[in-house]
Amino acid sequence: MKIKTIIAAVATTTAMLTIAGAANAGILDDVKKKGFLQCGVNTGLTGFSAPNDKGKWEGFDVDFCRAMSAAIFGSPDKVKYTPLTSKERFTALQSGEIDVLARNTTWTFTRDVNLGLEFIGSNYTDGQGFMVRKNLGVKSAKELDGASVCIQTGTTTELNLADFFRSNSMKFKSVVFEKADEIRAAYDAGRCDVYTTDRSGLAAQRSLLKKPDDHVVLPEVVSKEPLGPVVRHGQSEWGDVARWTLFALIVSEELGVTSANADQMKSSKNPEVLRLLGVEGKMGEQLGVRQGWAYQIVKTVGNYGEVYERHVGVNTPLKLERGINQQWSKGGLLYAPPFR
Amino acid sequence: MADISFVRTESHPDLPPPKSETGILAWLRQNLFSGWLNTLLTLSAIYLLYKILPPFLDWAIFSADLSGKTYEDCTSGGACWAMIRVRFDQFMYGFYPEAERWRVNLGFLLLFGTGIPLLIEGVPGKKYLAIFVFLLFPPIAFVLFYGGLGLPVVDTAQWGGLMLTMVLATVTIIVSLPLGIVFALGRRSNMPIVRMVCICFIELWRGVPLITVLFMGSVMLPLFLPPGTNFDKILRTLIVMAFFAAAYMAEVVRGGLQAIPKGQFEAAQAMGLSYWKLMGLIVLPQALKIVIPGIVNTFIGLFKDTTLVLVIGLFDFLSIIQAATTHKNWLGTSTEGYVFAACIYFIFCFGMSRYRITLERRLDTGHRN
Repeated sequence: MKIKTIIAAVATTTAMLTIAGAANAGILDDVKKKGFLQCGVNTGLTGFSAPNDKGKWEGFDVDFCRAMSAAIFGSPDKVKYTPLTSKERFTALQSGEIDVLARNTTWTFTRDVNLGLEFIGSNYTDGQGFMVRKNLGVKSAKELDGASVCIQTGTTTELNLADFFRSNSMKFKSVVFEKADEIRAAYDAGRCDVYTTDRSGLAAQRSLLKKPDDHVVLPEVVSKEPLGPVVRHGQSEWGDVARWTLFALIVSEELGVTSANADQMKSSKNPEVLRLLGVEGKMGEQLGVRQGWAYQIVKTVGNYGEVYERHVGVNTPLKLERGINQQWSKGGLLYAPPFR
Repeated sequence: MADISFVRTESHPDLPPPKSETGILAWLRQNLFSGWLNTLLTLSAIYLLYKILPPFLDWAIFSADLSGKTYEDCTSGGACWAMIRVRFDQFMYGFYPEAERWRVNLGFLLLFGTGIPLLIEGVPGKKYLAIFVFLLFPPIAFVLFYGGLGLPVVDTAQWGGLMLTMVLATVTIIVSLPLGIVFALGRRSNMPIVRMVCICFIELWRGVPLITVLFMGSVMLPLFLPPGTNFDKILRTLIVMAFFAAAYMAEVVRGGLQAIPKGQFEAAQAMGLSYWKLMGLIVLPQALKIVIPGIVNTFIGLFKDTTLVLVIGLFDFLSIIQAATTHKNWLGTSTEGYVFAACIYFIFCFGMSRYRITLERRLDTGHRN
């Protein structure tokens, strides 16, 4: 009898806790209540997320968190960062330790459907590429039959590489390393002909070679890596805030609104600009955040192009061209639905 | 007839040893060129040093850059120590707020100020020092580092760098030694349940790699807890590492317990000593003395194992250096970072090792054959 009572009590408590967790209606309300956004970022990836000399987090992914904070609180600094390794990231999101994950995470079917996650879009589209020495005279990755390839162990890079060579019936010899620094040193010392990883990574590593100009990144892109921020499944309102933060970043670049001219643009003639900046319409209210949320994003963080140039663009050590991460109107993949 | 016999009354002063037995030359001959094999080894070692040392010194000292704000300012081709200089505070304190760093300094000053005299022979009042270090210091350190009692709270997410490494190492070391002794005694106990529990605990923790245990603590545990409970990540890590170290410590101590001759136990029992007196007065003092090398070895291993927390996204000394070298301003300075980390870890581990030697000499009561 007594034991039964205890079991029943435990079961009820557990059930109540679970329900409380599920009925825990809006992350947005929770975030507003606690006064900061808990954002999961990479523990250190050049240009995307790394602590600066003052210990503040900086980077392309970090700026997404800052933009969300600007939309919700009107200030980009109300973010607490949780640096996560690739193995921890999904658990941290599922267990509610973080509110949003902005950690160069590839959007795939399994992750979106099976893991109970919701990708809100892609803020950076990467793809695996190849780098070779210029004096090899190779113009295309299809000429790489029999080459020795330096790769990082245990990544999808390894699988993509094998797939690419098999589908082109070519052979390769892999030279495997644990860390990007080791691969670069080995490639620079001539231990392998080809260095393969995501093209953003290739650009970063190329700038560190002894003679960067002696090396060339081949045109082939052998994988699709749409990297994007992630939220939990079943949190549509919260997902909307994250998704439209990303769209606001993209659209403001498309409409020519920058952090410098955001104030002047408030008197623009374009109705979409006026809606975006919160001069007209009630978009902030509908989204559940303050009016003029997108204005705050652009004013304090900048538009997509500004963020890109600040952290990974041609004037940074990564020297990444916009490539496919360009507005659709200029032949890129960035396409945001209209603000109306 | 004159007495011509001569009897020397004082001894002849000692002659200096032959030239070939003293001075640098003799030392060289005895130690470096005593046979063809040693000569060969010496020569190849000199050749290796000749090959390695000048470029290393050139890189590390002669053409190194000390000042600069980014990697691009390091133009002389050698090591870019500017990175260490700019980031030094971050390597020491992690993301601990600048205004509150005095608390960390004060905490470690207190620990070293009272802990080091405790380790030196002949310092008076050790009893009070020990009470302070083991009973009063932990709560004081908690308040200082974390906050409370009027001090602003510094979230453990902001702890990092050498400070975090020290916290992890100190807490694990202080907790694991007594816990390990308890488990070692339990494993040799005559009571079956106690013995089984101890054996299970030890074998379970010893049979799993530390990295797995850390993952369990940081990745799996949050999934089992009800949603919304936020169990501090550093606390989880501390518990896991202390248990892990205690299991190893128990086996080290058990080795010492088994080395004590049975006669000692029997003699103590014949004197009418209770179990705790027998252990506390006769067996453990001898057993622990024997296993000092093993204990210090475990401590050193533990200190270095704290670097594994980088796989669960904690910024200990090593991982904060790694993070610094991924920032776009310092891309390409990873060698400098690793060399710096190696120096600091070496200083700590070598220090522990030297202290072990002093301790062994002091406690040596002559059981050696």
